[in-house]
Amino acid sequence: MADVRRAEWIVDCDVHNAPVSDSALRAYLPAEWRARRDTVGYLATAWQQYRENLGDRSYMGAEYPRPTPRASRVDAWPPSGNPPASDLDFTRSQLLDSWNVAFGVLNPLLGAAEQLNDEYGAALASAINDWQIAEWLDPEPRFRASICVAYEDADLAVAEVQRVAGDPRFCQIQMLSRTREPMGRRRYWKLYEAAVTHDLPIGVHYGGWGGHPITGAGYPSFYIEDSGGMATAFQAQVTSLVLEGVFERFPTLKVVLIEGGFAWLAPLMWRMDRAWKRLRAEVPDITRPPSEVIRSNIWFTTQPMEEPPTPADFETLLGHLDMSDRIMFSTDYPHWDFDSPTQALPPGLDAEMRRRIMRENAVALYGLDPQPQLEAAVG
Amino acid sequence: MASHVVATVDEIPPGGRKIVDIAGRSIGVFNIGGEFVAIRNRCPHQGGPLCRGTLVGAVESSSPGVYHYSRAGELIRCPWHRWEFDLRTGRSWFDPARTRVRSYPVTVADAGAGEPPRPGLRPGPYTLETYPVAVDRRELVIDLDP
Amino acid sequence: MSAPAALGRPAGIPDGAAVIDCDVHIAPASPEALFPYLPDYWREVLSTTQFRGPTDTAYPPGAATSVRPELAGDPPAGSTLEQVQRSVLEPWRTEHAILTCLYAVESVHNPDAAAALASAVNDWQIAEWLDRDPRLRGSVVVASALPALAAAEIDRVGGHPGFVQVLLPVRSLMPYGNRNHLPTLEAAVRSGLAVGLHFGGASGNAPTSTGWPTRYVEEYVDMASVFQSQLMSLVAEGAFDRLEGLRVVLLEGGFAWLPAFLWRFDRLWRGLRREIPWATRSPSVTIREQVRLTTQPMDGPTDPAAFGRLLAQMDGDQVLLFASDYPHNQYDTADEALLPGLGEAALRRVLAGNARTFYGLEVDGDG
Repeated sequence: MADVRRAEWIVDCDVHNAPVSDSALRAYLPAEWRARRDTVGYLATAWQQYRENLGDRSYMGAEYPRPTPRASRVDAWPPSGNPPASDLDFTRSQLLDSWNVAFGVLNPLLGAAEQLNDEYGAALASAINDWQIAEWLDPEPRFRASICVAYEDADLAVAEVQRVAGDPRFCQIQMLSRTREPMGRRRYWKLYEAAVTHDLPIGVHYGGWGGHPITGAGYPSFYIEDSGGMATAFQAQVTSLVLEGVFERFPTLKVVLIEGGFAWLAPLMWRMDRAWKRLRAEVPDITRPPSEVIRSNIWFTTQPMEEPPTPADFETLLGHLDMSDRIMFSTDYPHWDFDSPTQALPPGLDAEMRRRIMRENAVALYGLDPQPQLEAAVG
Repeated sequence: MASHVVATVDEIPPGGRKIVDIAGRSIGVFNIGGEFVAIRNRCPHQGGPLCRGTLVGAVESSSPGVYHYSRAGELIRCPWHRWEFDLRTGRSWFDPARTRVRSYPVTVADAGAGEPPRPGLRPGPYTLETYPVAVDRRELVIDLDP
Repeated sequence: MSAPAALGRPAGIPDGAAVIDCDVHIAPASPEALFPYLPDYWREVLSTTQFRGPTDTAYPPGAATSVRPELAGDPPAGSTLEQVQRSVLEPWRTEHAILTCLYAVESVHNPDAAAALASAVNDWQIAEWLDRDPRLRGSVVVASALPALAAAEIDRVGGHPGFVQVLLPVRSLMPYGNRNHLPTLEAAVRSGLAVGLHFGGASGNAPTSTGWPTRYVEEYVDMASVFQSQLMSLVAEGAFDRLEGLRVVLLEGGFAWLPAFLWRFDRLWRGLRREIPWATRSPSVTIREQVRLTTQPMDGPTDPAAFGRLLAQMDGDQVLLFASDYPHNQYDTADEALLPGLGEAALRRVLAGNARTFYGLEVDGDG
């Protein structure tokens, strides 16, 4: 598979890199946190010690074990026995080379923003970003990365953005779809401001914990509900961003919805438009129909691909969405619900649409320049 | 020719498998308690390497909270999206009528003449107790066009 | 007090077509309206303490969707039989109207208060509505957070021929597929009642998995997601498999979200069915057989051709049940209450045929 024609190079907008082990990340914790004076409520004096002693502390009681170890494809474990997507060479071979991925966008899911201890979370986020630079971006020019931040504290998050945003290989700021409060609320606005200042999209990725059950009706029993329920989190976030006026305040803010599916977005636009029309008196600051706002400020990735009963349904869906320049292909490598670049899109999709999805829309959004990759390949 | 020798019996112990390439097709051969079966190594969903998946049993239920587990090791679960297939028939568990993977009959044939014996150990200063072991060199044959 | 305004009848209703209205809201105008049906103890509590019955903000009185302008006034629309007769039954020549009384009993933590209020509401419904107009059908109100008490109430009144369903608010403390809710579902099936999940509910949980939205319009939009989650729960937990006679109606949840939801749920089920092995049918098949949805609020596209495609994707002419959603203000002109792009036979099914079959209503007059 390594000799896929160069004309078919693609962009993979969702790759989950992971450290080889817990201690591998600890080395990247910022020096200033290695020694710290005691404060009320803390036992440890250093974040490294904190991690060793206390580890991650998040919203317990909301865990639904994944159906495979590390939520990964069974065949994605490298021969070394290290975790999936921790081994750069194996990831190059199994993902980048096999599928002719000219650019892969990294989204490490390492829990920085879900820490109850926001300061520790911020320190962890810094460590993750430094690890990404050293072990992924520097050695492999095909990768771009998401800036991890502890977004529940806007000031801490903005500080981290300012620290690393100068590196052009960071192409977006990562948030997760389950936040402590809906994303449109003011507590997150400073981060959006920083995103706009640095011209970085906010990538909202599947996941996160915020202290609420996955449904508005309590805790479900099964993983299938936890996974399927995430679409409702995405719906609530889009609703909040639009109807709380985030895009009025930040008209150039770009938001990417990652790993949330997308078929629900068409009926959500219809529903929001009708509700806005009737309830406009409550929200005089929302001056445009929500569907218009969504089409101007929101992108989404394809995985997990929608699987309607017929190809005609898929065409209908694309027509209803009317967001042909906003759909971006992703594999979700190495996770179990990985989408194959050659098989996930329905056959019969026209070539132009396919090209847009597989690379052109991502190239436009993230400002990717494929020339060096293509030259290296040919040479 | 549509028939291919893919392995010898002793290469695939019960619970084991071997993935072979025949005429441009990747096929997995499995030993279910002495019975040999083969299916295409390509999930009908998105083309994943089906035969590298996990061997599982069948889970049925008459009522919520009740789990009937049977036929351990007789189904394979795709390593990607976890679709389950009956190894013997290639039929998917969730939609046996319409979603399936190609399955191939496997026959066991006597080994061909002239097979070289296994290289033995040269006798040396140390003596080991040895036991004769029966080696099953019969051949597994897959017919691509039965 | 002026006579209640008559809602205009849609001109698009075919001649002679029956109308069954599957979501007509009633509510006691004040706690005092329930006094004839409450024990002395609770009358005293309601009269002399801060407790004045449950509170919910599903329909803030001044929100644009809460009451049609022509129905605004005192007592609030839906307080009296005369209002419903004059505003809905007579002008629309309604064959049957199914009453939904959203009395947020689930928000009352005192279990005895919750049970007493639920019983009082049901007795009020019987005496002042169901027994006085044969066109009316009702929904049993229960202490939905307390399944044993809910089941007892369903067993108490479920045999009254006027009741066709048990009313459960869509927002609950735990999803309705959870086995703890089985007594309620079993009691409904035992009495031959459907289970109606309705917009609203004050369970104590946040309305979304991301917390509490700032604005009412968000909460309104977000409610569709709770319907999705409840459906997922009922299917995943095998409620439909365990209780073959279980019929569920989604009331005022919208419906345009249904196809996308089914596609995703089916995809997950194909790979994860092992976790829920009792769900032997795909979710879309299960839901198609045992779930119906009312037509308001109509949350589909404004383009009629797109609307038609949406309806085709979801067998809309078979699964939708017409509703006026009186007195809520979800549409401007009467004709906007009808689904665009349906042929006459399909429209008749949505206007009455589907509900008649699903609720087991006898034919009255024209059909």
